Amino acid sequence: MSIRIENVAKRFGAFQALAPLSLDIGEGEMVGLLGPSGSGKTTLLRIIAGLEGADTGRIWFGSRDVSELHVRDRRVGFVFQHYALFKHMTVADNVAFGLEVLPRHERPSSAQIKQRVGDLLDMVQLNHLAQRFPAQLSGGQKQRVALARALATQPEVLLMDEPFGALDAKVRKELRQWLRQLHEELKFTSVFVTHDQDEALELSDQVVVMSHGRIEQVDEPAKLYASPQSRFVFDFLGHVNVFEGQSYRGRLNQGQAWIQLPEQHLDSGELYMRPHEMRVTANPTTIAHLPLKVMAVNPVGAEVRLELVPLGWETSSPWELGLSHHEYQRWSLKRGDQVYVEPSKAHFFSQHTAAPSEISWPCTSTAGVVEV
Amino acid sequence: MSSSVVNSNDMRRPRHKRVLPGLGLTLGTSVLFISLILLLPLSGLVMQTAEMGWERYWFVITDPQVVASYRLTLVSALWASLFNGVFGLLLAWVLVRYEFPGRRLLDALVDLPFALPTAVAGITLATLYSDEGWYGGWLSGELGIQVAYTPLGVVIAMAFTSIPFVVRTVQPVLEEMAVEEEEAGMTLGASDWTVFRRILLPSLWPALVTGAALSFTRSLGEFGAVIFIAGNMPYVSEVTSLMIFMRLQEFDFAAASAIASVVLGVSLLLLLLINIWQARFLRRFQGR
Amino acid sequence: MAAKQSHRVGDHPLVKWTLIIVTLLLTSILLVVPLVGIFHQAFALGAAHYWASIADSYTLHAILLTLFVAALTVPLNLVFGIMLAWAVTRFQFPGRKLLMTLMDIPFAVSPVVAGLLYLLLYGRNGWIGSWLDEHSIQLMFAWPGIVMVTVFVTCPFVARELIPLMQQHGREEEEAAVILGASGWQVFRRVTFPNIKWALLYGVILTNARAVGEFGAVSVVSGSIRGETNTLPLHVQLLYQDESVAAFASASLLAGIALLTLIIKALVEWRQSRQDKLANAEPLVVADKVGS
Repeated sequence: MSIRIENVAKRFGAFQALAPLSLDIGEGEMVGLLGPSGSGKTTLLRIIAGLEGADTGRIWFGSRDVSELHVRDRRVGFVFQHYALFKHMTVADNVAFGLEVLPRHERPSSAQIKQRVGDLLDMVQLNHLAQRFPAQLSGGQKQRVALARALATQPEVLLMDEPFGALDAKVRKELRQWLRQLHEELKFTSVFVTHDQDEALELSDQVVVMSHGRIEQVDEPAKLYASPQSRFVFDFLGHVNVFEGQSYRGRLNQGQAWIQLPEQHLDSGELYMRPHEMRVTANPTTIAHLPLKVMAVNPVGAEVRLELVPLGWETSSPWELGLSHHEYQRWSLKRGDQVYVEPSKAHFFSQHTAAPSEISWPCTSTAGVVEV
Repeated sequence: MSSSVVNSNDMRRPRHKRVLPGLGLTLGTSVLFISLILLLPLSGLVMQTAEMGWERYWFVITDPQVVASYRLTLVSALWASLFNGVFGLLLAWVLVRYEFPGRRLLDALVDLPFALPTAVAGITLATLYSDEGWYGGWLSGELGIQVAYTPLGVVIAMAFTSIPFVVRTVQPVLEEMAVEEEEAGMTLGASDWTVFRRILLPSLWPALVTGAALSFTRSLGEFGAVIFIAGNMPYVSEVTSLMIFMRLQEFDFAAASAIASVVLGVSLLLLLLINIWQARFLRRFQGR
Repeated sequence: MAAKQSHRVGDHPLVKWTLIIVTLLLTSILLVVPLVGIFHQAFALGAAHYWASIADSYTLHAILLTLFVAALTVPLNLVFGIMLAWAVTRFQFPGRKLLMTLMDIPFAVSPVVAGLLYLLLYGRNGWIGSWLDEHSIQLMFAWPGIVMVTVFVTCPFVARELIPLMQQHGREEEEAAVILGASGWQVFRRVTFPNIKWALLYGVILTNARAVGEFGAVSVVSGSIRGETNTLPLHVQLLYQDESVAAFASASLLAGIALLTLIIKALVEWRQSRQDKLANAEPLVVADKVGS
């Protein structure tokens, strides 16, 4: 079932939790609401569920307007951040609850309920724990019981609040893969809240990035990383190196550093560059003069990460740069070395326009490899 | 003309539906109940005293016999709550910190004064401390201390009925106290007594004061346990509750109400102060 | 090498046992001996005399009246306590704090003052009482008055037990039940009630103990007419004037109820702590693998 959010706004006292916002979620999609705490993502989720009332706006499930519908009648599956399992009931009783409280004429027979609970527990691979109490389960197991309970009434919409927030990294990764598989099989429409970018990017068909009660951007994960539409999204997703400067003689200048800008983009502003969109050079090039000092080298992982601090100019945080292990060997860099870098691609936020423009530079020097 | 075109649907503010059911029913019942059993009778007292006129009111509440009862009640309640502050702290400490045979029994026994009807406590204490009683015989015979029918008897009765307050407020605080703070104190070279005085006692202080204040409030109004042992001699061992009771026996409702309004005012003031005090220390210690 | 031991303040055996012995001694003097004294006095003239005192028709009437008053008071305050606890722990509304403070007032009010409040309002000269009098309805110096003041004096007990527990428990489980389609009654019966049942029981026995034993407030509104409006505590007082052994016999019944209260309380606390322990237990390690 598709979900449509129209001009929904919410205010808690003087705090504007959600500015009026609209969003369409397609049938069978898995959508992640991503943002820092206080961005309004949980409020939005709770409004979709009906746990919170919106001040204005409407919510549609398919062609049905559910804005005035009580939570009880919305028939959504909801997984709470801390699971909210009924502590005094066994795992099986927890899962059966939603079926047992159905009105008598809709309620399956107790044999059918038993059968269905068994199937659900098989699905979440917990049948051997059916008679346990929640307190006797690990975090990951509780998570799966919560999911089975939410799915028991076969909701067409599944909502999850920080579904993996309370789990350790390894279990989290396993559960993510498992949830993805489950979604492939059952095809429910799903919305989940997370503050973890990996989780959002890995699980979602669409990611909704939120901050300060507004939607910053809605996009597929790959696009979101490749072409962020705002400074916020840039900062929030992955690392970014920022160069702030004044335009002067065709260059963006700051202190002793400068970067050449194409004529049509020339303006004061900020250049946002991903670590993989830059390369190390031994000397200044025709594109950029960016002297930096190596502060740290981290060789663990697919590539070597360098942490660099500016020499004779300033950045708000150190720059990061990725080097292949092969390249790293050639450069044989160590702490304290001085290097230059040049960008190959960047997003430019000029001081006069809100949206960024993409800039790319031709590769200048493959011959610039000189011993430092 | 307004330039913004807004769908009328969006302007309609959806009725906020509460997730959990029953606000109307539960709040309605609670307010009705409290109004009927509490606020209505309180308003009756206010009206009764308002009818009296200031001069008569002042005359009744400053009657020398009544003033003597205020003094006796306040002083006795003060001694009783002081005693309970010390004894309650000791009990709480022993119950929380030590393991010994009979600890659970002792823990259960602490609540006896709450569970035991005050009249039963009253006649029992009066009998024990009378000259023929187990304690009274020895105290007056050997030591020459008269307890029954004296202010000391009043203090003992008040102390008895309010023992649990301090224990039950200090106990949970003591239980939750982290061992690390004590250990930190010891690694810095402090003696047991210093650690207790400088680290433990300041943390316990708010709970101790709250407990003692509750004990004091309860003692001010105590009636059943006190009247038997007090002997009720005018100017010597009459508590204020008894003064109210006696005015009622004389069908002097106005005078009874006047004295009651003084007692009630003090009790409510104390309750308010305790609430404020608790709110303050909860914020400070638990970051609430 | 010294064995590593945890050292806390007051762990020294000398300090420890001194404090324990002083405490036990004081507790014996202040609590145990008086308790024993009640039964000692009650049986001072032998068991036969004890039973005769209890079987006295006035005593039996007092016992029945006392139980009757408690039987009316407890359910009333039970319902009120649950309603109030639900309202203040499950919703935010203006005046919530005020409501909780008002609820505490009966604790702070002297029982005699409580009795007086009702006498002023419902007595023959009171503004409701005079109207009732015209219609020949008498509340004061009759059992309804006794029930009314007892309800007043005991009304905070149940709510006071429930509120902290329900606050600490939060409302998430109940929200989850509502999302799963449960009705209001189903939420209460299947989710809320199992979590609060022990506290509820404790609230009930406290209410009962106080209702059975209330003296000050009842003595103001009852009139202490033997065989009519004399509750057991008032009966104890009346007897104490001239036949103290009989007074202690009646008192021993009340002391018995008090002891029963303490025993149930200990049992309830034990059950509650077991439930808490279960809820916070370390998860058992059970082999299972996700997505394999």
